[in-house]
Amino acid sequence: MATPAASLPFRDETFRDDFTFRNSPETVLRAPFPFDKDSYMYAVNMELHKDGRPGTAFEEPIDVDEHYVSEMRDRALVLDEDPLRCQSLPHMTLAGWDTLELLMTCKAESYPEWFSLERNGDQWRWINRPLGIDDTFTFGDETTLPYGPLEYITRQAQGDFCVLDERQGNFWMDAGIVTTQADWSLDFDIGMNFFEWHAPVPLAHEKGIFKRALKYLLSIQQGNPARRLNWTMTVNPRLDTSPENYHQWGPENTHITPENVGDKLYLRIELQSFWRLPRSNALLFPIRCYLLSMHDLTTVPKWATRMHRVLKDLPDEIASYKGLDNYRQIAIDYLAPYDDGKPTSKGPFPD
Amino acid sequence: MSSRIVPTILSRPVYGTLTPTTASAHLLIADADGGTAILDLAKAAPAGFFDSAEVCYVPGADADFSDELQQLSPRQFHTSPTIQALLPRLSRTFERLHMGTSVYLAGSESLIGLATQSAMQAGLDYQALQTEHRGTLARRVQCVHCKGTTENVTTQPAECAHCGLLLFVRDHYSRRLAAFQGVNINAEDPTDVPPKIEEFT
Amino acid sequence: MSAGHRLLGAIDVVVTDVVELNPEVKRFHFARPDGQPLPAFSGGAHIVIEMKDGDVTRRTPYSLSSSPFETDDYQVSIRRDDNGRGGSLYMHRSVTPGMAMTISHPSNLFSLDKRATRHLMLTGGIGITPFLAQTAQLIRTGGEFEVHYGFRSHDVAAYVDELTARIGHRLHCYADDQGQRIDYDRLLSSQPAGTHVYVCGPTPMIDLVLSKAKEHGWPDAHVHFEHFAKAPPGEAFTVELKASGITIAVGEEQSLLEAIEAAGVDAPYMCRGGACGQCETAVVEYDGELLHSDHWLEDEERSAGQKIMPCVSRFRGKRLVLDL
Ligand code: HEM
Repeated sequence: MATPAASLPFRDETFRDDFTFRNSPETVLRAPFPFDKDSYMYAVNMELHKDGRPGTAFEEPIDVDEHYVSEMRDRALVLDEDPLRCQSLPHMTLAGWDTLELLMTCKAESYPEWFSLERNGDQWRWINRPLGIDDTFTFGDETTLPYGPLEYITRQAQGDFCVLDERQGNFWMDAGIVTTQADWSLDFDIGMNFFEWHAPVPLAHEKGIFKRALKYLLSIQQGNPARRLNWTMTVNPRLDTSPENYHQWGPENTHITPENVGDKLYLRIELQSFWRLPRSNALLFPIRCYLLSMHDLTTVPKWATRMHRVLKDLPDEIASYKGLDNYRQIAIDYLAPYDDGKPTSKGPFPD
Repeated sequence: MSSRIVPTILSRPVYGTLTPTTASAHLLIADADGGTAILDLAKAAPAGFFDSAEVCYVPGADADFSDELQQLSPRQFHTSPTIQALLPRLSRTFERLHMGTSVYLAGSESLIGLATQSAMQAGLDYQALQTEHRGTLARRVQCVHCKGTTENVTTQPAECAHCGLLLFVRDHYSRRLAAFQGVNINAEDPTDVPPKIEEFT
Repeated sequence: MSAGHRLLGAIDVVVTDVVELNPEVKRFHFARPDGQPLPAFSGGAHIVIEMKDGDVTRRTPYSLSSSPFETDDYQVSIRRDDNGRGGSLYMHRSVTPGMAMTISHPSNLFSLDKRATRHLMLTGGIGITPFLAQTAQLIRTGGEFEVHYGFRSHDVAAYVDELTARIGHRLHCYADDQGQRIDYDRLLSSQPAGTHVYVCGPTPMIDLVLSKAKEHGWPDAHVHFEHFAKAPPGEAFTVELKASGITIAVGEEQSLLEAIEAAGVDAPYMCRGGACGQCETAVVEYDGELLHSDHWLEDEERSAGQKIMPCVSRFRGKRLVLDL
């Protein structure tokens, strides 16, 4: 991969080993903070993904931020170590081309200074300036790209991507690229349906959340994407918290202390969106990950207060499922001084 | 003996009871105690059922119903010493199958899972297969770390036969891999070695 | 009164051509007024066409019959139905080249199962339309298929020549008036593992294929049918919309959903053919008979009388109150 031009506003940082990842103050403020009130419970928290609020991660349909180039470098490292992180069952190739078209079109429209797409029939030219890519290829012909269409374009797009085939009134996870996940395995889950890959989630099945969510997803049509937010916590700004490598990063879960919690413990936010793909009728599910350290949170008083209250009242099943047990109390104690006990303003955005 | 499987999470397969259909051809596949499920099905089957039936059977060390099954006089009766030895034949059998042939799988979860995998590779939907669990609860377990699959796992936790990590055996199940998921149980503190309990026997 | 709001995912188009294929079937071509491509779609997808017929607004789904790879020109082929609610009559009589119309984004409730090792397509009459698009898709992406096409007689059979040119021996035709019939038993008993069967045509044909498939031991997961119901015409009736606090009239040739929309009340929908479940509405109270025409509600739900699908279902009786 070519080195990005120095004039581009992308940070050079790591998500492993020496963990040089940092957020600029602007990036903290534009984060999609996942709590719209002072408590958290699983819900069918879905809304249309449009009319993005300026100055937030919702502004563009596919968000690109200062971490772009370094995240893509981390993805390439993961794929080199473990090619099973990107898989596509044989019937999903068409959906891969749909994904490529969607991501190229969105990016070129939102960020013309960084990306451009020229189409001449099936002859396409794609320029990605931040990553130094200028490729001409034939749309629909895999031999004209260095990787399959899904892998090609998602090596150039932040976040994980699942591609779901619709059959028998259900969605089947039949393709994906997963290198920045909250502890689940694509290699294991590929081929499963909506209820099966969600099987390990506590409480939500009993509350009928997945049944209602699936019904909503099935109704998503071309041109009307939807989104939801999910969250967990991660020790160190590690993107690749995979079950595959759990035996390597797992010990870090015990390393949080009252002294290091501010800089070492991260709120991990997932901005998930849902897109109906045209030629394959598949659904594309990008899961974009944003990391905010506990210290980052304290720079936005409302967020620190709210995080404190959410962690305090979180049902134990959910806390354990998310793997917070080792450090939940330490985080609560760290955030307590930022909670003045007064009501917070409505909605997720900073005051 | 009927299944002792309790439904837990939604990815964990549950099985039914084999019932004879009126299809024009039948393929029955079983191992060990699964043979008794075929014998029970035979009691409910219409006359002539086995004239158009092929039975593939893997006898178990202490559960061998080969003789009883052969007495049903299926059109074709085949035994294999192990499930692994049966698989190449199965894959060819599924490829040659006509739509509408009824498929019945009975016995251990490993047999049911591997035969399902073979059928799916031939393009059959897994929901096209009838299944019934009988006998052992031993599991096939994929180590999520090294990707090796360990056969006949009966303990919780269990050692990965490939990389040696001590694995917590989850109920999360992959039909594509025909395996349960194993995740290192003591990653956060490798010195903490919990005792193994015979849980899947 | 006009429809309260814009069609979901609306696209403004012009009619670029109307071609009479035979005395019963016309083909309509649509393009964007600015010449830009229309959205790509998948074989089996339909669009909803909005028809402004005097003070009545009809919104009716039709399968796209053009190739999913030709996005400059959407085509639908419509058979004139003299006993329907008037949508096809309107299209046949009043729609001419140059007219501006509104259509929805394509969506698909009759998708190919792309895992299939082979696709067996069974169709009768105008049911051929989704298969025109699906075969075009399979020719491009690869995939084995066979089409069996039954019709009354050659002079009302659309697309036989085009399909013969395109797919050759993979097309099998059966003309009723020559005593030719699709031999379902032979077809359904001789398919290799991994075959999926698709049926689109008149309701009796669909029912027959579904029951034959069951008889021959086909698993449900391998059997697909285009389950559009048509919103049937019927007696006029009135309905109270509880949350909106109004009472509205539903005309003989208007669907309940269209009447609700005409009153400016927001009701969710997608397929408008009783198949997708989006418009499911709670019945608060009724005295009379709910005339269900959808494929969505379970039998128990119908007899419980607490739900209705306003896109295709109607009512006869004294009083109907909906939670809208
Ligand atoms: C269709 C696209 C979706 C995909 C591919 C997807 C995938 C996943 C996966 C792989 C997990 C991890 C499960 C595990 O522990 O192994 C998960 C968790 C979860 N999903 Fe989804 N999901 C999707 C849509 C949704 C929707 C629409 C909802 C709406 C309610 C939802 C709610 C959840 C919840 C509540 C969790 C638990 C997360 C946590 O507590 O950290 N998902 N999802």
